[in-house]
Amino acid sequence: MSDETRRLTVASLARVEGEGALSVTIQDGRVTSSQLQIYEPPRFFEAFLRDRAFTEVADITSRICGICPVAYQTSALQAVEDACGYVVPREVAELRRLLYCGEWISSHALHIYLLHAPDFLGHPDVISLARSDRAAVERGLALKKVGNAVLEAVGGRAIHPVNARVGGFYRAPTRSELAPLAEQLREALDLALATVDWVSGFDFPDVELTHELLAVVEPDRYAIENGTLATASGDTFTPAQFLDHVEEHHLPHTTALQATLDGHLYLTGPLARYSISSGLLSPLAREAAGRAGLGDTCRNPFRSVIVRAVEVVYAVEEALRIIEGYRRPETPSPEVEPRAGVGHGVSEAPRGLLYHRYELAGDGLVRAARIIPPTSQNQAVIEDDLRRLVQSRLGLDDEALTHLCERTIRNYDPCISCATHFLRLTVTGR
Amino acid sequence: MTTPTLAVWKFASCDGCQLTLLDCEDELLTIADHVTIAHFLEASSAVLPGPYDVSLVEGSITTAGDVERIHRIREESSTLITIGACATSGGIQALRNFADVREYTETVYASPQYIATLGTSTAISAHVPVDFELRGCPIDKRQLLEVITAHLVGRKPDIPDASVCSDCKRRGLTCVMVADGIPCLGPVTHAGCGAVCPATGRGCYGCFGPATGANLPAMVELLQIHGMDDPAVDRVFSTFNVAAPGFAGREARS
Repeated sequence: MSDETRRLTVASLARVEGEGALSVTIQDGRVTSSQLQIYEPPRFFEAFLRDRAFTEVADITSRICGICPVAYQTSALQAVEDACGYVVPREVAELRRLLYCGEWISSHALHIYLLHAPDFLGHPDVISLARSDRAAVERGLALKKVGNAVLEAVGGRAIHPVNARVGGFYRAPTRSELAPLAEQLREALDLALATVDWVSGFDFPDVELTHELLAVVEPDRYAIENGTLATASGDTFTPAQFLDHVEEHHLPHTTALQATLDGHLYLTGPLARYSISSGLLSPLAREAAGRAGLGDTCRNPFRSVIVRAVEVVYAVEEALRIIEGYRRPETPSPEVEPRAGVGHGVSEAPRGLLYHRYELAGDGLVRAARIIPPTSQNQAVIEDDLRRLVQSRLGLDDEALTHLCERTIRNYDPCISCATHFLRLTVTGR
Repeated sequence: MTTPTLAVWKFASCDGCQLTLLDCEDELLTIADHVTIAHFLEASSAVLPGPYDVSLVEGSITTAGDVERIHRIREESSTLITIGACATSGGIQALRNFADVREYTETVYASPQYIATLGTSTAISAHVPVDFELRGCPIDKRQLLEVITAHLVGRKPDIPDASVCSDCKRRGLTCVMVADGIPCLGPVTHAGCGAVCPATGRGCYGCFGPATGANLPAMVELLQIHGMDDPAVDRVFSTFNVAAPGFAGREARS
């Protein structure tokens, strides 16, 4: 029976951002190939960013991803400011973190309730899920809405916000404008805690990832919008050293560019952040994590849904803390003078680490741009996870195994629209 | 009466416009009570075969395969509505239309030979008839709801064909260009966003594309008066709707 070839394929992955396919080949009882294929067409951002003004970069890169535009704006702004030798004042940095919290709440709620939970509960989508548990879906939508309310209040709109700029913001909200947001966030905290309890009751296949993990870290708090880099094995480096450690290259058996960290596969995203920095979460978030059965680390990709829920608790609390201590910056939008140089920016997009690098000319025009999105960093681990999962469950029939493969990919909340510009383009029949 | 079917399709884009449908947190479940979501990959793994009553199309056409796919979608759809700047004018990726796409490919990809792409990024309407074009990068949630609702009850959508200036007036905002001397594309940009940029004290950057009858030469003069040099003027028109008739072909384009 073992000398047969089995192929598991899904031509169009559902409930992921962007267009991708999966294909696993099993020969003689061994998985010989496991691929997350990307057929989303390229859009060439790094090419057309050249000769754009440094003030335009955040608005343009925002359009790489409609799900995590704030991540793109923030990593871009920090890289540009780094090139200009400018450091934003504390009040502005806090406002950026608040905006980013909005994106974490909104994007995580989207993934938990609309994209991921249906897998655990046996539904094709959230509409079907709502027919059996409307209260849960309404809770998720309400939570997502509060995240969007933060994005709108601070950023001007939820998708592709308009308020962030080099040096800060076009206009800083007043304390009284943020007050109603605090009300909504206090309600959202209950929803977020209920979400942790809800997802902790799901059934989780037993899987353990052994790969290296990489995340942005801060010394005294859970990193979101800024910081330096750290691995699970204790290595640390600065954003400026990112490309000394992370390399993208061709492997002989695949045409996809894959990122490695000091020569090894590595994972970014919720599992990496949590496993490296869980001790820096708020007491309430840590308590919720403990109640949900998480230890100090989490290496089961299926359980990433719990980590996301815990991170929502933290983001809601952080947003509340920032609003409570908010002092309106006196100059929200100082003029930042361009200068010739290179700058690096990192931040934690909801689905993982996002690195930007820009080389500016003295007149502020971009000479070169480099963007390394989370999904292109995670792709090799996703494929390895697929391979190991299939290898360990060969007894399942094709349908069950294919479904498990799809779930495996969704565990990582991949954003294919973001990753596109680094990955192979395979147009398959759809 | 059978429930109408709704399909959502994606071409080259950022996913933000279809996300707008999922951002209708208060309305999503109600919409699902009135339409069958028959094809919406970002949201559902249940896919029903066509034909479809309404298709929402996001993204621009950039590959030969996409050209075939949009024709297939058109054949299967009674009403086809494009959502957003990519589908309506080719999006920011239409910057390739004015550049050497081979050089672009070599800049971004290590193995350009694997990249099968067209030299242009084009609007859906360049390939098939479109019943309604909803503007914006991204589209506005209220406008999306209006378009869907109008279709369901069989009336024309109430989407004002005006400029962002009218949004500003409606919102009671002081003109950022007149009062503060900030360059603003509002007078030549299609309404619909609710004047989000002027509301934050910045000038409109044209993400909803050209307004009908926009007076571009007068706009360019105003931008120059307010401190933008020629390259800056060129750049601001060469962003999210670079290939839109009305913003494209501006004589100063270098």
